[in-house]
Amino acid sequence: MAETKPKKIKVPRVKMPEQDPDVRRRNFDEVPLGLTPEMAMQEASRCLQCKKPSCMEGCPVSVKIPEFIKLIADGDFSGAAKKLWERNALPAVCGRVCPQESQCEGSCILGKKGEPVAIGYLEKFAADYERKNGSGELPVIPEKTGKKVAVIGSGPSGLTVAGDLLLKGHDVTIFEAFHKPGGVLVYGIPEFRLPKEIVAAEVANLEKMGADIQCNTVVGASVTIDELFEEGYDAVYIGVGAGLPRFMNLPGENLIGIYSANEYLTRTNLMKGYLFPEYDTPIARGKNVVVLGAGNVAMDAARTAMRLGADSVKVVYRRSREEMPARAEELHHAEEEKIEFVLLTNPVQFFGDENGRLTGMECLKMELGEPDASGRRRPIPIEGSEFTIDCDLVVVSVGSNANPLLTNSTPDIALTKWGNIVGDPVTGKTSKKGVWAGGDIVTGMATVILAMGAGRAAANSIHEYLTLGW
Amino acid sequence: MAKIVAREEMAQGTIILNEIEAPRISRKAKPGQFVILQADEKGERIPLTMADTDPDKGTITIIYMVIGKSTSRFRDLKVGDEYFALIGPLGKPTHIEKTGKVVCVGGGTGIAVLHPITRALKAAGNDVTTILGARSYDLLIMEEKMRAASHQFHICTDDGSKGHHGFVTDVLKDVLEKEDISLVVAIGPIPMMKFCSMITKEKNVKTLVSLNPIMVDGTGMCGCCRVSIGDKTKFACVDGPEFDAHKVDFDELGKRLASYLEDEKISLEAYEQSKAK
Repeated sequence: MAETKPKKIKVPRVKMPEQDPDVRRRNFDEVPLGLTPEMAMQEASRCLQCKKPSCMEGCPVSVKIPEFIKLIADGDFSGAAKKLWERNALPAVCGRVCPQESQCEGSCILGKKGEPVAIGYLEKFAADYERKNGSGELPVIPEKTGKKVAVIGSGPSGLTVAGDLLLKGHDVTIFEAFHKPGGVLVYGIPEFRLPKEIVAAEVANLEKMGADIQCNTVVGASVTIDELFEEGYDAVYIGVGAGLPRFMNLPGENLIGIYSANEYLTRTNLMKGYLFPEYDTPIARGKNVVVLGAGNVAMDAARTAMRLGADSVKVVYRRSREEMPARAEELHHAEEEKIEFVLLTNPVQFFGDENGRLTGMECLKMELGEPDASGRRRPIPIEGSEFTIDCDLVVVSVGSNANPLLTNSTPDIALTKWGNIVGDPVTGKTSKKGVWAGGDIVTGMATVILAMGAGRAAANSIHEYLTLGW
Repeated sequence: MAKIVAREEMAQGTIILNEIEAPRISRKAKPGQFVILQADEKGERIPLTMADTDPDKGTITIIYMVIGKSTSRFRDLKVGDEYFALIGPLGKPTHIEKTGKVVCVGGGTGIAVLHPITRALKAAGNDVTTILGARSYDLLIMEEKMRAASHQFHICTDDGSKGHHGFVTDVLKDVLEKEDISLVVAIGPIPMMKFCSMITKEKNVKTLVSLNPIMVDGTGMCGCCRVSIGDKTKFACVDGPEFDAHKVDFDELGKRLASYLEDEKISLEAYEQSKAK
């Protein structure tokens, strides 16, 4: 094919300038410093502008990738941002937190022989450029349809639904339980990976487009879904996230100093515990920290602990390096920041002092056996391999179960046996008329962009319903 | 929203009552449920069980003891001021049914939590004996309201300034000896609940307590409020706040409540210094 002429691949993939690991491991500033316009244009010039762009197929919200990259290559950065906006209400977020290596960049033709175009960096560049230098011009809202949609939860899927439906002329109210909108983008993902001012700016854009955001409203407790219909909403989208943190049910797990990742990150990010006592919410500053689990959330917790002044941070994981579910980039950043990986190791119990404070944990070494249902090799305990790790802070990051608060108050929505909402995989429709659901409450814990993809699909289906019927 | 429409100082100014505008919550709330309040953007999220609701006025009432920075901040809010955040009603409501003779035991601000439950138990047709305790009579709150919600009414003070000179547990023991009690509800400081529970356990009388662990979101998301109930870990915010007293690990709860003692001191000192300036 013409696209793969070798002369086009001469420019090497741009390297993102980053804060020095030894400096950044002690501050909460963003790690990547961002591309300069020159770097962005040069990187954009690497794009082959494929006629059938496979990168777009790799994107859950089908961003027009070659088109926005072409605009960057031509120096029209504002145009590139607007092109992103056509398909993605949160480009500055996605440019930072999407797993590009397994999506757009993973499908890039250049990646077959060399390195893919740095699509994520370019997305971040264009969105940041527009936020800092742009006119603030927003997409044009068409004539109002007079239909009202309630969106429950202001995380990535709820914000996507809201943005899409506003662009189709519907009125949207977003209900958020916390005092700030953004869901996992504000309580979960740390400042050093996603500065909160960026989330606030993207949410503010939705408000300028007409979204009504009602914080401090716990749907299921303050108001039920049926009452929302009585109040005049024509459709409801549920995007409340995963909810209940899982613990490991080990002896000593309620000792002081053992946190769920949700609590540890919420105290730090949403409540700004890292700025205590300027902010009132305290957060334990562990000297010897252990994080249990090896996903992206575990890496966020480990890197946060380092920034809160830990002497040592260990990620304890029962399988081997290859099975660690976190993105390669997150693992790399964590290691650069001197976080240790203690692999093939499983906790057995926790020890505390007379005041109920954590002092250490007992672990067992593991070896890998035959593949299990997940296709990964099953970890098997090695008998007699017990050993102790001294620690004063443990963050349990082994996933979440579905929160029953909303679904308990809405008994006519069908659930899986794990309590997740059954949503149509294509449209997001639930078993209850006029109600859609998407994101982690349907799939269990997944990524920001998958939640956004679910939101996109649901918004299309809701629009169809509002114009054509159920 | 969340505007303070009435404010009262109780127990020599150590306990404050706020009646707050919250139309949605006031219509939904049932006895035993709580709200989470935040004074300002930098504030902590503090859970407080509602002492009363007025669905017609669209208000809820909370009563709290001034202890640390956050409650001092609450104390400094005047009538007309608004809380930055108020969410609820959270937690499971008290299961109210007619069981016969019930005893309601309250201490400190636990009396405020006990109030709507006592009233509901009486309204459900139970014979209600109430036992309230305080260190001293001038620290006792809601005496008249609680008397009105009860059939038999006892006051205990540690210093003997009113009623029985001694602890609520003395009177509770006495009542359990004389009467056939079907349910005890004990809400107050942890030692009070713990010792009430020990007494009723001996007599095998069903006992409910309302727990007040530290919380962050209050909706089941963080697990900060976990308590050991029998051999299970429960989240007080969504599984409680009320539990079978005989299964509660009160010692663990007491220790966990002290998780941030040092930080709380730093925070309160900083606040008092900034006010002094």
